[in-house]
Amino acid sequence: MIRYAFTKLWQSALTLLLASIVVFIGVRMLPGDPARAMAGEDASPEQLAAMREQLGLNASLPHQFLTYLGNLLSGDLGNSTRTGTPVVEMIAATLPVTLWLSAYAIAIAVIVGVLFGVIAERFRGRWPEWFTNGFALIGLSVPNFWLGILAILYLAVSLGWFPASGYVDILSDPLKGLYYLTLPAIILGTSLAAVIMRQTRASMIETMSTDYVRTAKAKGLSGGRVLLRYGLRNSLIVVVTIVGLQLGGLISGAVVTERIFALPGFGKLTLDAVFTRDYPVIEAVVLIITLSYIVINLAVDVLYSVINPRIRIGGSN
Amino acid sequence: MQQDVNESAFHDAGQIGTASGAPLLEVQNLEVSFGEAPVLKSVSFTVNRGERVAIVGQSGSGKSTSIGAILGLLPGNGHISGGTITLDGQIISGAGEQQMRQIRGRKIGLVPQDPMSNLNPVMKVGAQIADALAAAGHRGRANIRQRAVALMTEAGIPDAARRYSQFPHEFSGGMRQRMLIAISLAGEPELLIADEPTSALDVTVQRQILDHLQTLVDARGTSLLFITHDLGLAADRTDRIIVMSEGKIVEVGTPQEILFQPQEEYTRRLVAAAPSLLATVSGVVEVMPELSEVPDTLGNPILEVKGLVKEFRLRNQRGATFLAVDNVKFSVARGTTTAIVGESGSGKTTVARIILGLENASSGEALIDGMSISGSQAQDRRALRRKVQPVFQDPYGSLDPTYSIERLIDEPLRVFKVGDRSSRQARVAQLLDQVALPRGVAQRRPNELSGGQRQRVAIARALASEPEMLICDEAVSALDVLVQEQILALLKELQDGLGLSYLFITHDLAVVRQIAHQVVVMKSGRVIEDGSVEKVFMTPEDEYTRELLGAIPGAAFAR
Repeated sequence: MIRYAFTKLWQSALTLLLASIVVFIGVRMLPGDPARAMAGEDASPEQLAAMREQLGLNASLPHQFLTYLGNLLSGDLGNSTRTGTPVVEMIAATLPVTLWLSAYAIAIAVIVGVLFGVIAERFRGRWPEWFTNGFALIGLSVPNFWLGILAILYLAVSLGWFPASGYVDILSDPLKGLYYLTLPAIILGTSLAAVIMRQTRASMIETMSTDYVRTAKAKGLSGGRVLLRYGLRNSLIVVVTIVGLQLGGLISGAVVTERIFALPGFGKLTLDAVFTRDYPVIEAVVLIITLSYIVINLAVDVLYSVINPRIRIGGSN
Repeated sequence: MQQDVNESAFHDAGQIGTASGAPLLEVQNLEVSFGEAPVLKSVSFTVNRGERVAIVGQSGSGKSTSIGAILGLLPGNGHISGGTITLDGQIISGAGEQQMRQIRGRKIGLVPQDPMSNLNPVMKVGAQIADALAAAGHRGRANIRQRAVALMTEAGIPDAARRYSQFPHEFSGGMRQRMLIAISLAGEPELLIADEPTSALDVTVQRQILDHLQTLVDARGTSLLFITHDLGLAADRTDRIIVMSEGKIVEVGTPQEILFQPQEEYTRRLVAAAPSLLATVSGVVEVMPELSEVPDTLGNPILEVKGLVKEFRLRNQRGATFLAVDNVKFSVARGTTTAIVGESGSGKTTVARIILGLENASSGEALIDGMSISGSQAQDRRALRRKVQPVFQDPYGSLDPTYSIERLIDEPLRVFKVGDRSSRQARVAQLLDQVALPRGVAQRRPNELSGGQRQRVAIARALASEPEMLICDEAVSALDVLVQEQILALLKELQDGLGLSYLFITHDLAVVRQIAHQVVVMKSGRVIEDGSVEKVFMTPEDEYTRELLGAIPGAAFAR
């Protein structure tokens, strides 16, 4: 188990290093010059040169990278070339918004997706299945920015049920915070819910026809118990795997959703940084996203072994 | 049981029960349909209190559908379309789910077929017996646990208190089946339905478990409805046998009646084909002469296995190894059949894989015609591969479903670059003739054929490169008895016609008796005993061989 953890950690570190190299080079290949963006269009060549010097852009690329890496290891992500604010502070201010939004969206997606999936299996060939299948089709095929705009138009503006935009810190005012995040979370979670629903339905159909479900029924167990402890519990193994793969998409979805609902989150920070060629911020953002992928994968691995006892013991199977 | 057999009293074992009082289970004119098509037609039988009844039939005979109907657990769109099922005076056919839930577990227990797939893999075994107890009305966590551990112990699970919190994958097949028996008895049912409870297990384990099941059932006075494809097993374990075929009851009778005075043609064929009965009923003296006539070894043996050792390194345990094959030696004379017999884990399949060159030996060698596959150059190896061809157990898994039969059979010819297109076509037709398949199947695909036909295709494919030897790894174990008999007959015929040698890997001693000249008994990677079939069967020297022979079902009817 310790060896397993050690291997995982080592792999994660390597992934991070590779990601940072790719980003470092990729960012510098983008058209546009941060010195010019900073100094302004009218800057004289001297001013431009001074700005380059100040930003450390005159050193060789490997030198720049090593400096960047050294700072990174000491926890210094540098300062924004645009505002001069430490990148760490900018991330600390925006990341929680995105994390709350994503967590909320995942919660909604899992609850709705699993529930609809079970309903679809239970009521095969009858109207509840048609309804849930219709939901899944819409969730998968309608882009969430359009869904978001519709939601703002009808649910927020016309009906006034939800605020159209804005953010309230969840920690300082949990109820109001959740209320403000509800509409964005629903929009962000829709396609994930659709994927989960389909997956749950498919694996429920499979598990409910297995021998052990029949044996469970032959024991005289109630339908509910057979459904939850025998059917759903086994179906979730597949569902968790798929959800883990889908979570990456959630992060990019969050960027768009935050834009629509004007949430001061990580997505907004990313877009702003890309538009102004804010190298340190872009690098940090991508690094954080990579890190979150790694963390999500680890979490899925752990969750997987919790619900599937066969792989629990140090991967002996 | 034994006494029942010896008293050849001819009591009416048909529709009317022999025990006192009304029958516990009465099935009358039962018809079950999937969609519109009926698969069970006017099935009627009874099970009396304390009686043991067997339903014997091949796959597709309707035996499993019958129990699905009794339990109200028919798969898919199956439904009872006629007749009644009465349990304890109460009509249960057509009962609602709510009512059936009261009956399942408490009145009718089920021991299902495959111990590997019938336990919930993500739930501790204890919890799976506990919920059966809770469903049967037991209350209180500690009480249920205590009862569960007691049941597990009774079912023969050692150290039950500790194993209570283990998961199914930590149990062996035999232990899982014991667990399923414990579960089925949790609700103290009056009728226990055992659906081929041991067909997936080794014979010695099978015997232990059936003995145990019988003790438990007898002690409780529970009635037993025993579903099996094995006539010998049914004769050994029950008071009355119901023979089913194609959704209908063919014949009902006591074991003696069915075995010694079968009235129907179908039953006669079934009795004649039952390998376990053949092994004992017909006796050695009648069977052996025919086999012994095969010319004695001419020149060098076709296969010679010398001091074969195979070590596997164990994962996660540094340096630890597992001896799968331990100093195995035997030889196969040209034109004869040698059987390797052993239970799962005995190393018999590993030996076969090494001979085929699919696995390398750690030491020792397997010589085909004096040459070793693993020790040869690429070119010689190809030539050796042509001489030895495999036929595997699973006719469903070993044929590529996307290939046509013709492509499957001529693949070895294409690989070894034999002949041109038209000559290969002619060869495929010839091979199909040899295995008694119509030439028309050449353009069909494996899923359009039955299990027996597929195995014929596998044999034709093996014969394509004109091998001198076939290695049959459990080649008939997945087949129904009647089909099994046909395939064994085909193999004998091919041996006589083409002078083939066989290495026949099997767990089934009864099959050995039918096909082999020499037998090698393996256990835990070692050869326990070897010699002629006659010698090993008549005067087994090793205790383990005796145990294996004793475990052949139907032994009680040997004399």
